[in-house]
Order: sequence, then C-alpha cells, then structure tokens
Amino acid sequence: MTDILFPALAMGSVGLFLGILLAVASKIFAVQKDERAEAIAEVLPGANCGSCGYAGCSAYAAAISSDGAKINACSPGGQQVADAIAAIMGVKSEAVEEKCAVVLCNGDEETAADKYIYEGIEDCNVAVTLQGGGHKACSYGCLGYGSCSAVCQNNAITIENGIAVIDYDKCGGCGECEKACPKKLIKIVKKSTKYIVKCSSCDKGADMKAKCSVGCIGCKICEKNCPVQAITVENNHAVIDYEKCIGCGICAAKCPKKIIIALNEEATKVEQSN
Amino acid sequence: MPALIGIALTSIFVQNFVLVKFYGICPFLGVSKKLDTALGMGMAVTFVMTLASIMTWLCQKFILVPLNIEYMQTIAFIVIIAALVQFVEMFLQKSIPSLYSALGIYLPLITTNCAVLGVALLNVRTASVIDPTAGSYTLIESIVNGFSAGIGFMLAIVLFAGVRERLESSDIPNSLQGMPIALISASLLAIAFLGFAGMSF
Repeated sequence: MTDILFPALAMGSVGLFLGILLAVASKIFAVQKDERAEAIAEVLPGANCGSCGYAGCSAYAAAISSDGAKINACSPGGQQVADAIAAIMGVKSEAVEEKCAVVLCNGDEETAADKYIYEGIEDCNVAVTLQGGGHKACSYGCLGYGSCSAVCQNNAITIENGIAVIDYDKCGGCGECEKACPKKLIKIVKKSTKYIVKCSSCDKGADMKAKCSVGCIGCKICEKNCPVQAITVENNHAVIDYEKCIGCGICAAKCPKKIIIALNEEATKVEQSN
Repeated sequence: MPALIGIALTSIFVQNFVLVKFYGICPFLGVSKKLDTALGMGMAVTFVMTLASIMTWLCQKFILVPLNIEYMQTIAFIVIIAALVQFVEMFLQKSIPSLYSALGIYLPLITTNCAVLGVALLNVRTASVIDPTAGSYTLIESIVNGFSAGIGFMLAIVLFAGVRERLESSDIPNSLQGMPIALISASLLAIAFLGFAGMSF
C-alpha cells in the first residue's frame, strides 16, 4: 500500500508546490494589459491579411488601443467592425474607406494574340518563368491561369475567357491577389474609385496594336482632356492618380480604344448620360 | 576544471544533441528558416536547459533519492521543467521585457521539448568525473552539461539556418523543394558532425 501511496503523495506535493508557486508568481509578476486591445482583437475578422498596414489583427488592435491608430483601416471587416471598435474605444465611428482589387488588363482570348500554346501547370507563377514571360504576345498581360483566384479567400476572382475578373461585391480588398500576380496587374484601389485604365503594357503604341486590340496606345488624348491633370501616360500607358481624379468620365468618353472603364454602377450611369 | 571542459566539448561536438543524438528535431527543422529566429531559438533553449539542469538536479538530490522514488524521474522532471518555463516566462515579462520579446514564442514552445528532458535525465544517469563517489553528475557538472548541450543545439540550428537561407536562392528540382531538401541537408550536416565521433576527453 505504501509503495503506491508514498510516491503519489510525494509527486502530488511537488505538483501542489509548483502550482502554488506559479499562482503566486502570476499575481506578483502580473503585467497590466490593455483590455481594450483584447476586445478589439475579438471583433476584428482575424484573417491577419495585413491590409490595414499592421502585422496582423492583434498588432492592429494593439496599435489602436495604445498608439491611437485609425479605427477605419480594416477593409475586410468593413463598417460593421469599425462601428464595433468605435464602441470599444468610446470614439465616434468613422466611415470605412472600402477597398477592392482591380485587374489592369483587358486582353482576353479574343482580343490579345498568343505567341505560343502553353500546356504546362495551370499556374501563372509557373507559366511566367517560360520564354517571353508566358504565352501571351503582350508580355505585360494577364495570363489567366488563376494564381490570383487560388489565393482569394472570398472567391471573388474568376477566370473568364482567359482573363481574371473580379466580383467587386465579394472582394474585401485584402491584397492577397496583388501579391500573387507575377505580372503585377492587380492593384488595390478604393471602392469609390470611378475609372480604371485596363491596360498595363509598356510597349510602344505600334507594337501594342500588333499584339492586342484593346491595349493602351499611349495617344495622350486622355491626358490632354483631363480637367484636373489626374491622368498621365507613363511607360506608354495611361495611369490615373486616384488622389486627383474627380470621376468626371471625360477620359473614358474620349479614349479611342475604350480601355478606360467605369468601376462601379454609379459611374456607369454618369457615362451613359454623357 | 579540465573535466568540465571535457564535458562541455563532448556535449557541444562529440555528442551534439541534434546532429548526433537526434534530440529536438522538431524545432531544429521548424525554426531554422531564418538565421535570426534560429539564433533566438538557440538562446532560449540554452537558457532553459541550464535552468532545467539546476532544478532537476536539486529535485533528484533532495526529493527523489531520499524518498527512494527515482523511477518517477521522467514525470517529476517534466512537471518541473514545464513549471520552470512558465515561471521564467512570467518573470521575464515583468522584469526584462526586451529579453521576453526577443525570446518571444520560443520560450513556451520548448517547455516539453525532448532535448530539455534529455539533458536533465542524462545529468542524473551519467557517472561523475569529478567526484567518483557521487554516482552521477555533481551540480556544477550538470550546469556545465546543460549549458553546453544548449550551445550545441544553438550551433547546430544556426549552421543549419545558414544552409537553408542559401537553399532559398538555389535552383532546386521541384520535387525536392521545401522539406525534402531540408532533410537531405540536415543529414549531410549530421554526417559532418560524425567527424567528431570517438573523440574522448
């Protein structure tokens, strides 16, 4: 009997002693933590996507509670999360600037020429390592093997007719696809953005025309007609400065190739009325 | 003193915990992708091994041996090491926050690492060099053994992290990318440490 009782008692008392020691230590060495940071981490989506500019959801929560970071930076969480954070922090809720991804290429299977037939792994990052950076004649264009849709957590990206198409309603603007695109064609913009240039080619206009019928030819008509100088032609394609753009739609109306496209419905209506 | 140096050299090189005895392979493979994290892990392991050597030696000497329950070693040591790591973590968080954030996640990770238990068990099972009547390592020998086993772990993981950082930018066949090539390089590193085999001090 003592053979069992004795060791059990000995081990039990060692365990009890250590337990008490830890309990006392946790009181003595307790570090004051900001309860608000934990509460904010609770309401954040927990995707750790990094679109707020911090290392993850908990880092963002800590930044809000201690460094006074803006409460409206969580794009996937949207207005709902911003309101919840505002309630925790006791401040007035600010409007969330919702973001979404856009694909800056228009060249689908019909409009963009191929230089060879690719029959390898269906992955842009593999295809891009081949001669000429993939099968498309235009070496800047979307390859359409869906590396972006593979990483999308919201299933917002589909490949239609050989080009990535984003469902702006589903897109949370986390930026995973931006990182996955080997051609750097995907950009994260504010959802309020009115117009985007659907071409990223750096080829000269004449070369461009031979490869793709919907590419920017760098004619600078948009640049000349923009009332606020928000659109400029850089590296042979038009680029919009979204900070300056007022969304008037003149560039889209004047573009001879019709590659400046309205992003959302509101803008589409403006364009139609013009 | 020469005996202590002998113990240290043995557990760093000849009986290297990772590359010769194959203890603690999990953190060795898991935390060796970057040189600085590998160094952090190595430091945390060295720290815990040294402290664990002291605590488990005291437990063996003053609890297990007098009560004649040495067969409870494994359980007792695991409990002590786990409690010790928890305690050290709380202490560091309060007193030395910079060291706490440097060791970060690695400290709780190594609570139940077999390498730490391994060094504690070896300490109470290896015959002492300094004091032949003691039966097993004396306190000072245990401390030296624990510390140098940790240094040996750090040496192995830092060397391996250096190799893996180079591998990142090398042209590796598709089927070998990631863990396969890491395991192959680890085995080559282990073969290199075989060069120390048989040396005695």
